[in-house]
Amino acid sequence: MSGNGLHVGTGGYANERPPSSTGSAEMDPATDPASSGFFSNDYKRHDDLKSMLDSNKDTSKLEAMKRIIGMVAKGKDASDLFPAVVKNVVSKNLEVKKLVYVYLTRYAEEQQDLALLSISTFQRALKDPNQLIRASALRVLSSIRVQMIAPIMMLAIKESVMDMSPFVRKTAAHAIPKMYSLDPEQKEQLIEVIEKLLADKTTLVAGSAIQAFEEVCPERIDLIHKNYRKLCNLLVDVEEWGQVVIINMLTRYARTQFTNPNKDEMQDEADRPFYDTDKEEEEEGAAEEKPQPKTYIMDPDHRLLLRQTKPLLNSRNAAVVMAVAQLYHHCAPKSEVGIVSRSLIRLLRSHKEVQYVVLCNIATMSIKRKGMFEPYLKSFYVRMNDPAPIKLLKLEILTNLATETNISTILRELQTYVTSSDKEFAAATIQAIGRCASSIAEITDTCLNGLVRLMSNRDESVVAESVVVIKKLLQTQSSGHKDIIIHMARMVDTITVPMARASILWLIGEYSDRVPKIAPDVLRKMAKGFISEEDIVKLQILNLAAKLFITNSKQTKLLVQYVFNLAKYDQNYDIRDRARFLRQVVMPGENSRGLFTKHAKKIFLATKPAPVLESKFKDRDQFQLGTLSHVINKRSTGYQELPDWPEVEPDPSVRNVEVVMPWTEKTTTKERKDKKPKKEAFYSDEESSSADEDSEEESSDDESEEDSSEEESNQEESDDESGSDGDEKSEKSEESKEDSEDESEEENSDEESEEGSEESDSASEEEVKPKARVTNKTDKKTPGAPAQSTGPASRDFLLDLDDFAPASSASSNTTGTPGDFLTPVMASSMSAMSISDKSPSSRSSTMISPLEVPLKMYELLNKMQGKGLTVSYKFTRTISVFSPKMVSIEMIFTNLSDKPINSIKIGDKKFQKGMEMQDFPEITILDVKATTSVLMAINFNDTTQPATFDICAQDHKFQVSITAPVGELCQPYTMNEKEFITQQGKLSGMNENTGSVEIHSDKPDPKTVVTTVYKVVNTLEVTSSEENVFRFAAKTVSAGTLVLISIKWKDTKATIIVNCEQMVIGTMLLKDLKTAFGMFS
Amino acid sequence: MIHSFFIINNTGDVFMEKHWKSVINKSICDYFFEEQSKCASVDDVPPIIVTPHHYLINIYKNQLYFVAVVTTEVPPLFVTEFLHRAVEIFTDYFQECTETSLKDNYVIVYELLDEMLDNGFPLAMEANILKELIKPPNFLRTITDTVTGKSTGVSGTLPTGQLSNVPWRRTGVKYTNNEAYFDVIEEIDAIIDKSGSTVIAEITGYVDCLVKLSGMPDLTLSFINPRLLDDVSFHPCIRFKRWESERVLSFVPPDGNFRLISYHIASNNTVAIPIQLRHNILYREGSAGKFDVQISPKQTMGKTVENVVLECTFPKSVLNVTLTPTQGKYSFDPVGKVMTWDVGRIEPSKYPGIKGNISLQTGAPIPEANPPLTLHFSISQLALSGLKVNRLDMYGEKYKPFKGVKYLTKAGKFQVRT
Repeated sequence: MSGNGLHVGTGGYANERPPSSTGSAEMDPATDPASSGFFSNDYKRHDDLKSMLDSNKDTSKLEAMKRIIGMVAKGKDASDLFPAVVKNVVSKNLEVKKLVYVYLTRYAEEQQDLALLSISTFQRALKDPNQLIRASALRVLSSIRVQMIAPIMMLAIKESVMDMSPFVRKTAAHAIPKMYSLDPEQKEQLIEVIEKLLADKTTLVAGSAIQAFEEVCPERIDLIHKNYRKLCNLLVDVEEWGQVVIINMLTRYARTQFTNPNKDEMQDEADRPFYDTDKEEEEEGAAEEKPQPKTYIMDPDHRLLLRQTKPLLNSRNAAVVMAVAQLYHHCAPKSEVGIVSRSLIRLLRSHKEVQYVVLCNIATMSIKRKGMFEPYLKSFYVRMNDPAPIKLLKLEILTNLATETNISTILRELQTYVTSSDKEFAAATIQAIGRCASSIAEITDTCLNGLVRLMSNRDESVVAESVVVIKKLLQTQSSGHKDIIIHMARMVDTITVPMARASILWLIGEYSDRVPKIAPDVLRKMAKGFISEEDIVKLQILNLAAKLFITNSKQTKLLVQYVFNLAKYDQNYDIRDRARFLRQVVMPGENSRGLFTKHAKKIFLATKPAPVLESKFKDRDQFQLGTLSHVINKRSTGYQELPDWPEVEPDPSVRNVEVVMPWTEKTTTKERKDKKPKKEAFYSDEESSSADEDSEEESSDDESEEDSSEEESNQEESDDESGSDGDEKSEKSEESKEDSEDESEEENSDEESEEGSEESDSASEEEVKPKARVTNKTDKKTPGAPAQSTGPASRDFLLDLDDFAPASSASSNTTGTPGDFLTPVMASSMSAMSISDKSPSSRSSTMISPLEVPLKMYELLNKMQGKGLTVSYKFTRTISVFSPKMVSIEMIFTNLSDKPINSIKIGDKKFQKGMEMQDFPEITILDVKATTSVLMAINFNDTTQPATFDICAQDHKFQVSITAPVGELCQPYTMNEKEFITQQGKLSGMNENTGSVEIHSDKPDPKTVVTTVYKVVNTLEVTSSEENVFRFAAKTVSAGTLVLISIKWKDTKATIIVNCEQMVIGTMLLKDLKTAFGMFS
Repeated sequence: MIHSFFIINNTGDVFMEKHWKSVINKSICDYFFEEQSKCASVDDVPPIIVTPHHYLINIYKNQLYFVAVVTTEVPPLFVTEFLHRAVEIFTDYFQECTETSLKDNYVIVYELLDEMLDNGFPLAMEANILKELIKPPNFLRTITDTVTGKSTGVSGTLPTGQLSNVPWRRTGVKYTNNEAYFDVIEEIDAIIDKSGSTVIAEITGYVDCLVKLSGMPDLTLSFINPRLLDDVSFHPCIRFKRWESERVLSFVPPDGNFRLISYHIASNNTVAIPIQLRHNILYREGSAGKFDVQISPKQTMGKTVENVVLECTFPKSVLNVTLTPTQGKYSFDPVGKVMTWDVGRIEPSKYPGIKGNISLQTGAPIPEANPPLTLHFSISQLALSGLKVNRLDMYGEKYKPFKGVKYLTKAGKFQVRT
């Protein structure tokens, strides 16, 4: 007990002068005064700690915890204290609690059972009103890595994601990857959580949410679409670490969603650098307007990304700057990449570790983009006290940047490096000179001369390196340089470095034909001193001898024999072996047939491949810049390949944020238009608007109309968007006001408005862009037009307009029915509008709009029955202009009789209860062989009961009936996958109809599947994250009941599930679908 | 991201470790030691070391190695930047970041590390936020804590900064003397060649601040010649848009010491070199080598050059130097072969010089190239680039602060080739 008291005493001391003397210094057994008997002592001490932890005094608890943390920090085992520590998790003292948390995260994994004791405390803390406590409870709970609590963790994460405090949400985002590494099975659920977090609008959460996304499901790029613009706009305000992660992710995103901005410029790379400087000056706004090659116009979203990241080049955080630089390198048009170079150069002034990484990246960039760094050439000059790795990197970059114009400066600089006392560096410099010489033909001779001079250097490595480099250079040169070889031959007398002597001998042997007189003389000299040479030189002497014997046997025969004889008795067996072998090949004895001798020349004097002198960074561009893999030039774990640009741009509309209900939206606008009293007014309106918006229209009527409608819808969207942006802003400003009450509000509002105006600027910019792109696309896509032309027949109809218009206008004038302005003009323009309208709303991966499916024609009246009049109809699948509850039907009348038919109209109707019908306007006259179509609508009241009515033509009456297939009683409904699944869950049991079809192709072509469904049902695909699962959502026209269709494909079997509250519709739809798929197989 | 963290001292002792995910044994550091042993100088250790399953990213600061272990792909600069930031924060807390100060405050260090990262991803890296969460050691407070028996070292509420748009500033700041000091520090990096002409000279400048202002002041700092600043990196507190449009620095400052901007003035602009060297170094057999260097000021705009130190690293074959300086003292380190001449200030009347003999090892070859000379100096009250602060305005608070601006020019990496 006395020991115990003593320790409490020391504890008090430590508290006075915080942890100083009792700190980790004492933890160290080496410095522990009592370390002599430290086994028993150690045990005792732990015992003592335990009793301190058990005491009810906070001071002693704290002291004990501090000492335990000291052990943890030192890396010593403190796990046996676990039971004593874990009890204190409930401590009221914050610091004790905090330290217990630290301890728990360290050891919980090893003591899983005991760790469970603490769980309930955390669960309670998760409900604490204090956000810091909630957050830290979640942090610890998710950090203790005990498999058993995974479900609790999941629950906690799910709750925390919804927390009021963004800080807790951020912590939740961090917990997701922890959860994922603990239990990868939960991926699906975690993705759902991530999706929620991605939608979060606070800057605090954004970075961590993306980090979670990157660690759990980087392949689910589709989750980003909706958040893309938000992320870009928030980026500047996100904390620096989050910025790095977001930019890296967006780089990958850009590479999958946009097209290559440099595609068209591949050829004229040569004159790029010159342009660069010009373009750099201009602000990006100007660059945007620059007449890009016609075929490429940058997606506004792509532009947005580049614009939003640019200010981050001024970040104080090197990682952020690097991230932006790599984004520009990988995703920006060539002309704009230049702006990053200056910021990268600035980073070179930073810590040496930062320098190292940045230089690595510049080295790779400089291979492809010389012009970018050429102005900063001098920044890469080496200082003698730079760390060795940095020296080498700078040298590498200098070599990469060498061009004909700057080579003289570079060479002068390199010369000073050669004399450096750091010999390794000097040798690297010589190699660099060699590379410059081989890449720039003009200076090869100068370099060679310089290198020759270096051969008289006193330093072995310098000489050896220069001889080796000269050797390589001479090999790459096809001819000449006799004088250099002669010079080198002379140097044999003075050079002592064996490696260099050997290289010279090799050279003379190889090019003996260029110096026929000198070569034998050199051999003579070498033969004289053969015995005293180094082994490596001896080998080369033999080599030289053999080669000379082949080319010039007359003069050298005796010499060669002499050398071989000397070598025969050499001490080194390698040399003896070599001599024996060479002798056999070049001067075989009488008894051997000398097969080799004939080919000796080919064997020894074959042209050797010239070594290629190129950058060590050549192959590094396979890795994304700024990554770990790039720096170590090896694929690291978890590295994600940077995808190649897609050939065709994926649907850009997926990023449109507002989930507008196209249908309700549309009807309101239509109603508005419907109310326009006069037809003329309507006409002129449309004309003027199209004239305004499409001033440069040159295309045919229908196209312009489509354009304008597209335009309109776009405008609507951007309106919505800017609205939401505004909301965001105001939210933010509110927040900031709360936090900084004292902050001058004027200032604030000032800034806000500034930002706001910029926002609107960009919005207007965006507005202009899409139009251009759309026209462009249609231009490009003309071969692919069938998709559109086969689509709604109503479009064809437009062409007939002119013929028909007078008639209809006449009718409207005369009859004046309520539907008078519902002429085909209107109808068709409406349908055209809704087509273009729908394309952004269809977020299907397969990109098929439901309206692109050919519509089925039904016959109502044939020639025989109708006495020459034939009537057919089809379901247009557009929202009826009469009432959203009606199914829109287009009737086509053809007069096949021999005289015109007058006044075609609807007569008596026999309807079921609840059904109603909107008549088509009377057709006053239908000429012989003429065809006309009218629009009518029937409210089937969601039943498949026939609508029976009479068609009156002149004096005849034909009773006909129209039955709508169930599929036509539906209207597409947009929803996302999650919503779909939840809704589906609600419609189980009785409301679910399941069936399966055997299909003989096991790999479903998504397009066919979707088209098949579209043929049967008027619906819309819901983007599915799973392969081979297709989901469609619709609502019934009249009652608005949800209809959900999902098709799961497995091997040769397709399971169709239809969920609908109205059982009749469900069953019938299933039947129809089964039939359709049955045919499809 | 960042898996584990080790601090290693010069003698190879791993004296602190922290793990944010599962535990990695410190034997992983053996890879580091292996790599370290290959390097001639401490600076040469590669910042990224690859081991079979881990990657060690390290920085070297104050004779300590800070090693972060990562297991998966991560932007290396992210980690490097974190390590440097951590060191900065330790320095901010303990005035210095050395082995002793870290060991003395290991509990705080550990708490800080725990707070900085969550799952290896930065959670709170702003000094102001951390200081609210974990109080820096303070003698007075420790005494009151001991007396009252409470501990106030850890805060129980979330710092408001963490949630606000100004995470770098804590709330409720109060000073009796409100003061704001701005130091414009410029470092000149240059390479001067044998003949005395400038190969490259560039200026790296910083504006370091010490701001002790109550409440939420909103400051605007303007320069007389902001056009000089075309390559700047900003503290996140600066409103970039104002800078873009008006070229003024508008910001709500963090509390305490921080670096407001750093800028770089590239070599294209001609930089006036304030100092000149005349040198004559000759190696000869035996002890007949000559060393003669004279320093004279040049373009100092009437200011005195102070704290001049000349360093010369001789090749290995040099045994000793015997020199006589006209001013100051010199020393020679026979192991590193570094001669350091502490000159002091240069009086306008006489120029300091140093002269003497170099003795070479007998038998060793005579070095071919002369050793480069490194110069250190400082000139106060001068910003070499000519950058000048115009005025500092404060909005949002009513009191009148005391404002001060100081200029200083220093030698950065200033090398003279001989």
